[in-house]
Amino acid sequence: MPAIEVNDLTIRYGDLTAVDQVVFTAEAGEVTVVLGPNGAGKTSTIECLEGYRRPTSGSVRVLGLDPFSDRSRLLPRIGVMLQEGGVYTGIRVGEVVQLFAAYHRDPLDPGELVDRVGLSSKARTTWRRLSGGEQQRLSLALALVGRPSVAFLDEPTAGVDVEGRLLIREIVRDLVDRGVCVLLATHDLEEAEKLADHVIIIDHGEVVAAGRPLELVAGETDHILFSGPSTLDLEGLGAAVGGKVVELSVGEYRVEIAPDPANVAAVTSWLAARDLAIADLRAGRQRLDDVFLRLTRSRPVEGTARGNSTNSQERAQGPPP
Amino acid sequence: MSAYLAQVRTELTLTLRQGEQMLVSVVIPVMLLVFFSMVEVLPTGTTDPVDFLAPAILALAVMSSAMVSLGISTGFERQYLVLKRLGTTPLGRPRLVAAKASTVVCIEAVQFAVLIPVAYLLGWSPDSTGWPSAAAGVLLGTLAFAGLGLLLAGTLPGTVTLGLANGLWLLFLLTGGMVFPLSELPDWLAALSRLLPAAALSEVVVGSLKAGAEVAGRAWIVLVIWAVALPAAAAACFRWE
Repeated sequence: MPAIEVNDLTIRYGDLTAVDQVVFTAEAGEVTVVLGPNGAGKTSTIECLEGYRRPTSGSVRVLGLDPFSDRSRLLPRIGVMLQEGGVYTGIRVGEVVQLFAAYHRDPLDPGELVDRVGLSSKARTTWRRLSGGEQQRLSLALALVGRPSVAFLDEPTAGVDVEGRLLIREIVRDLVDRGVCVLLATHDLEEAEKLADHVIIIDHGEVVAAGRPLELVAGETDHILFSGPSTLDLEGLGAAVGGKVVELSVGEYRVEIAPDPANVAAVTSWLAARDLAIADLRAGRQRLDDVFLRLTRSRPVEGTARGNSTNSQERAQGPPP
Repeated sequence: MSAYLAQVRTELTLTLRQGEQMLVSVVIPVMLLVFFSMVEVLPTGTTDPVDFLAPAILALAVMSSAMVSLGISTGFERQYLVLKRLGTTPLGRPRLVAAKASTVVCIEAVQFAVLIPVAYLLGWSPDSTGWPSAAAGVLLGTLAFAGLGLLLAGTLPGTVTLGLANGLWLLFLLTGGMVFPLSELPDWLAALSRLLPAAALSEVVVGSLKAGAEVAGRAWIVLVIWAVALPAAAAACFRWE
C-alpha cells in the first residue's frame, strides 16, 4: 500500500479551480517532490492530505486513513512543516521542541533534535529572534519530533542559506533511509533535482508530468544550448553548422542540430575562430529544469478564473539573464 | 509530562513573560485599588472606599485576564498560524481549549493572591458570607469575558483584536461599575450598562461582598446569559486560520 494515495483530487475555491483531478501516489522510504510554479496548487494539495481542507471531489488517503474522518488516528503519525509561521513568537527554541515532544507518545530526545538541526547554540533564543533559515530548521525539527511515518514539508528550504540547505537535505535523506515517506513541495528545481526519488510536476492545478527524475529527463534532445556574447551573427553560425540558431534570451542560444560531438565541435570552432567566449554549453541529455520549463511554459495562459496563472507564467519564464 | 500539562505550562510561561499582559492583569488593578482607596476622590458610596473598590477591582481583574490577556494572545497565535500548526498535532482542540481555560484560572489566582491581601491591608472588611456567591460570579464572568476575547481573536486580525480588547477594557472600566458605582452614571447610560456583561459582573461581585448589599436578580440573569451566549458565539464564529 502506498503511504499516500491521491485519486482524482479536485479543490475549488468558488469559481477558482486550484487543483484539478490530480492523481499520484507516494511511497514509504522515498522523497516525493511536488514541483510547480507558485500558485500551481501544491499547498492546496498538501493541505488536503494534512486534513486542513476537504477535497471538492476525489479522495485522498494517508497511511490508508482519511485525513478528515480518521484525523485523531492519523495525527500522531504525521509531521507537518507549514510554509511559514506556526510557532509562538515569544517561545524559546528548547521550550517549543519540548512542548511538541509532549504531544507525542514516543518522541525524539528534544536536546538531540535541537542539536541535529544545528540550533543548540540558539536553544534559549525566542522564535522572533531567529533568522528565516533558523526558523525553517526549527519548523523541521517540530515536524520530526513525533517520529512520523509521513512528513509533509512545504517549501522547507525557502529563505535558507546554502549550509542550511545541505543540512536539511541530509536530514531528509536520513528520514527516507529509515522508511519515512517524505512529501516535499517546492518551486525550486535544484531542490527537486537533489532530493527527489519521485517528481510530480504540477501546473495550474494539473499534473503535467510524473516519474523518477531520470525517467523525466530521459530522451536525447535535438539541439545544443550555449550562452555567449549578446550580439552574435545568428545566420552566419547557422550556415556554418547547418542548422537554425535561435536566441532564446539575451546571450542565450539554441542551435537546432543533433547534439553529437562533431556538431558540438563545429559550434565551438566557429566561436573560437571569432574569439568569442562561451559561458555555458549543454548538449545531450536534458536537465530537470529543461523539462520543467518546457512543460510549464508550453501551456497557454488562461483567463482570470485561474487566479495566479499569469503570475506563475511570468515566474516560470524568469527574467532574462 | 502530558500534552495538556505541557500546554498549560507553555501558555502560563508565555503570559507571565509578556510584560504588557501582566501590566493590565496585575499592576494596573493593584494601582487603581491602592490609589483610589487612599485618595478619596471617587464617589464610591461607602464610608470606606475600599469596601466598594476591592470587589469592583476583583471584577476588573477577571475582565483583564479573561478578555484582554486571553483575547490578545490567542489573536496573535491565530495570525502567526500557531493555531493552524497545532491543528496537525495530536494535542487536539478540546485539550487546547482546556489548557487555555486553566491558564486563565491560574492567572486569576495570581491576581487574587495579590489583590485580596492588598485590599485587607487597606482596611477592607467584606461580608464573608458572600464569598460563595462572589466566586460563582467570577466563574460566570470568566466564561463571558473569555468568550468575548475569543470571539474577537477568532474573527479579527491580531492587531485589531489588540486595539479592540484594550478599548473595550477601558470602556467597561468606566461604564461597568468597576471604579465607581453605576448609580453615578446618567440614568440612560446606567440602564444600558446594566445589560452588558461588565456591569452585571461588578454588580454580582460587589453585591456579594459589600456589607449590607444584595445582588439584584436581574444582574445574575444578565451575567448567565452572557456567560452562555459569548462562548457559544466564539465557538460558532471562530476561524482557526
